[in-house]
Amino acid sequence: MQLEVNGTVREVDADGEMPLLWVLRDVLGYTGTKYGCGMAQCGACTVHLDGKAVRSCVLPVSAAAGKKITTIEGLSPDGTHPVQLAWRDVDVVQCGYCQSGQIMSAAALLAQKPNPTDEEIDLAMAGNVCRCGTYQRVREAIRKAAGGEPGAARSSK
Amino acid sequence: MSPLSRRELLGTGAGLVIAFYVPRPARAEAMRPKAKTDPNAFVRIAPDETVTVELAHSEMGQGNWTGLAMLVAEELDCDWSKIRVEHAIAAPAYAHLEFGTMGTGGSSSMRSEFDRYREVGAMARDMLVRAAAQKWKTSAKKLRTENGFVLHGTEKLSYGQLADAAMQLSPPKEVTLKKPSEWKYIGQQIRRLDSPEKITGKAKFGMDVQFEGLRTALVARAPVFGGKVRSFDASRAKAIKGVEQVVQVPSGVAVVANNFWSAKLGRDALAVQWDNGPAVDSEKLFASYRELAQKPGDEAAKPKGDVDAALTKAVKKIEAVYEAPYLAHATMEPLNCTVKPSGDGCEIWVGTQFQQVDQAAAAKILGIPVEKVTLHTPFLGGGFGRRGSPRSDFVSEAVQVAKAAGVPVKTVWTREDDLHGGFYRPAFLHRVQAGIDAQGNIVGWKHTAVGQSILKGTMFAGMMKDGIDPSSVEGIVDSPYLEGVKATQVTLHTTENAVPVHFWRSVGHTHTAFAVETMIDELAQAASQDPLSFRLRALSGKPRHAAVLKAVAQLAGWGTPLLKGRGRGLALHESFKSIVAECAEVSVEDGEIRVHKVSAAIDCGLAVNPLAIAAQVQGSIVYGLTAALYGKITLDDGKVVQSNFHDYRMLRLPQMPHIRVALVESDAKMGGVGEPATPPIVPAVANAVFALTGKRLRRLPLELA
Repeated sequence: MQLEVNGTVREVDADGEMPLLWVLRDVLGYTGTKYGCGMAQCGACTVHLDGKAVRSCVLPVSAAAGKKITTIEGLSPDGTHPVQLAWRDVDVVQCGYCQSGQIMSAAALLAQKPNPTDEEIDLAMAGNVCRCGTYQRVREAIRKAAGGEPGAARSSK
Repeated sequence: MSPLSRRELLGTGAGLVIAFYVPRPARAEAMRPKAKTDPNAFVRIAPDETVTVELAHSEMGQGNWTGLAMLVAEELDCDWSKIRVEHAIAAPAYAHLEFGTMGTGGSSSMRSEFDRYREVGAMARDMLVRAAAQKWKTSAKKLRTENGFVLHGTEKLSYGQLADAAMQLSPPKEVTLKKPSEWKYIGQQIRRLDSPEKITGKAKFGMDVQFEGLRTALVARAPVFGGKVRSFDASRAKAIKGVEQVVQVPSGVAVVANNFWSAKLGRDALAVQWDNGPAVDSEKLFASYRELAQKPGDEAAKPKGDVDAALTKAVKKIEAVYEAPYLAHATMEPLNCTVKPSGDGCEIWVGTQFQQVDQAAAAKILGIPVEKVTLHTPFLGGGFGRRGSPRSDFVSEAVQVAKAAGVPVKTVWTREDDLHGGFYRPAFLHRVQAGIDAQGNIVGWKHTAVGQSILKGTMFAGMMKDGIDPSSVEGIVDSPYLEGVKATQVTLHTTENAVPVHFWRSVGHTHTAFAVETMIDELAQAASQDPLSFRLRALSGKPRHAAVLKAVAQLAGWGTPLLKGRGRGLALHESFKSIVAECAEVSVEDGEIRVHKVSAAIDCGLAVNPLAIAAQVQGSIVYGLTAALYGKITLDDGKVVQSNFHDYRMLRLPQMPHIRVALVESDAKMGGVGEPATPPIVPAVANAVFALTGKRLRRLPLELA
């Protein structure tokens, strides 16, 4: 089967039922997309499928054929996507393991809603677990990437 | 002493760059005689101007990657943009100065290395300056350094240009470190050096190790702790495409495949009959703990006064039982370890907090000398204690798998394996009887703790005294609240069962702070005093603690009107030589506790990087809050009930409170920051719920129904 990953078409020999995550990691070597739970509960495996955030750990690879797959490695050529720049500026990361997924979820949100409300941020990011607890800076960075003022983080109620 | 090359020092293979090495400073050598034959390699300057700092500790999110580099840069006076960092390879040269073996834990990276990493930077600078003096045929005293250059009048030479010559020189016997007033980096908010690779997917975690010929293994382990394989049928597993071998190891049966997914399908298809271990059951366990707590246990601290008499005389007396369940660490990166047998040795890649312990365990299993085991540390996708295993549990297993399979193997745990895998924060029960006089002074405190020992039977058992594991009672025996109390008794029942227990971010403090600080709040209520005033009275004579409490009260607006339906709660706890007070503001929504705001104040002595400290305080609060609201591993007839994030719930962004952090400056000795903000959040929330609802919650996780 053929897969289009980060703008490049790759020939893949894999069972159609194999989750996209493991095809990306073990067959194609894109290790930036992470395994965290295997049941779409943590968001570490988030990639874009035709621009929408999906959990690759539960998506059979056959469902991704013919669609544009974007992984963290393909979000920008040099780490300068506005979300990545905001992430650096706000000093979001800690261990970093969940951050590919956090960034892919945030980038998909901002592509759809360039100026999201607090509730929209909550909703879009609720599927991404961070065990280091970087959530406050994730919120700040998303606001910053959206053009808002960083450091103005408020509770949503 | 002549500088040794990296190759000679570490016994590693190729990849030698032109570089020079700075041994441990003379002063430290005197303290640790082994150091002389075992010099260090902490910094490397290359002709391309890069300055590479070798990290003796593991970066698992806490930021020592940046913090330790700041210490080197401070004294080396180099260009910050040229700094590179890498995890040191496992070697005695990188032993923790207090642990005596490589280790990352106890919130100690910065405070244990504050002198060594600065001295290394100062020594390297001294050698560069002397190399420049030789070139210019002048006295080193006439030279100065700035941002990666040695300057002489209008002339300058870069560190890269001098690196070669500097490596020929002997390290200085003594160096003079900068005065705090001269610091350029220490105390500044410095952004993380590992951001660029972590926001682009380039950072390599243990899970990301890949090379030609590497296989993936999943291990089927006993469903009940202590269980053993009776027999197994691998025929269906071997029929799965990609599965290459099924091998038995001491911990279970490993399915080895050419990718994760095939290994998982293979393991799903495996039929194993187990001889189960004894069936631990959470309900029965706590019933037995309650029974045990009726009588005092072993003396955990020297008793003061006559506690029973003091409690009889007390104007008001409270008795309460506090319970904390088993907790899993649930690091975002599930456990994994890659083992590559090579010739007469072996190479290992593992996100570990105890490099040399794991290295030694591997050598023992393989029957080879320790030096033949090369252990690399990739980034750790969270540690929280789980990756610092005195028993090397997951590394030993991976070595056993590779040994049995005879090929390079990465052994990977699924999330289910992680939550079922034990090595939990031990379940604990505390029975506390405390009394106050008419003014609200605490006059007696009788405390009985019940739970398993983390240290017993491990390489750290030597830290136990008279059968008491200090990690079971830390936060009680050294509580600042009890220092001035004239009648105290703290005893411990150390229990045993098949469930493996382990260090979990802030260790014993996770449950002792809950017991002590909730009781303090109960006493304030009994005294009809404001919780802040009551604490300030109890901490009179402890100015650092009082200052932290006052700082958090100010930050939180303690005493100012709240929105309707909100309550505030306070807690203060000292751990890892830092003092943290927190104030939580809560409401109840649809029967669930919701935390809106948390104010935190920390006195950790010198604050090396306030930006990193704020991140650690925020993260520690999230870790503790997750436990306070949701955290519980339950055993039902020997089996762990929870299996993944749907039933081992995590705090997520919509539940994230807004956290404000105040640094309370003090000239106290540097304390830790990776853990101390975790313990107080648990009682702060419980106390806020009491303030709001009048309901005292004494069992974790905090549930209203």
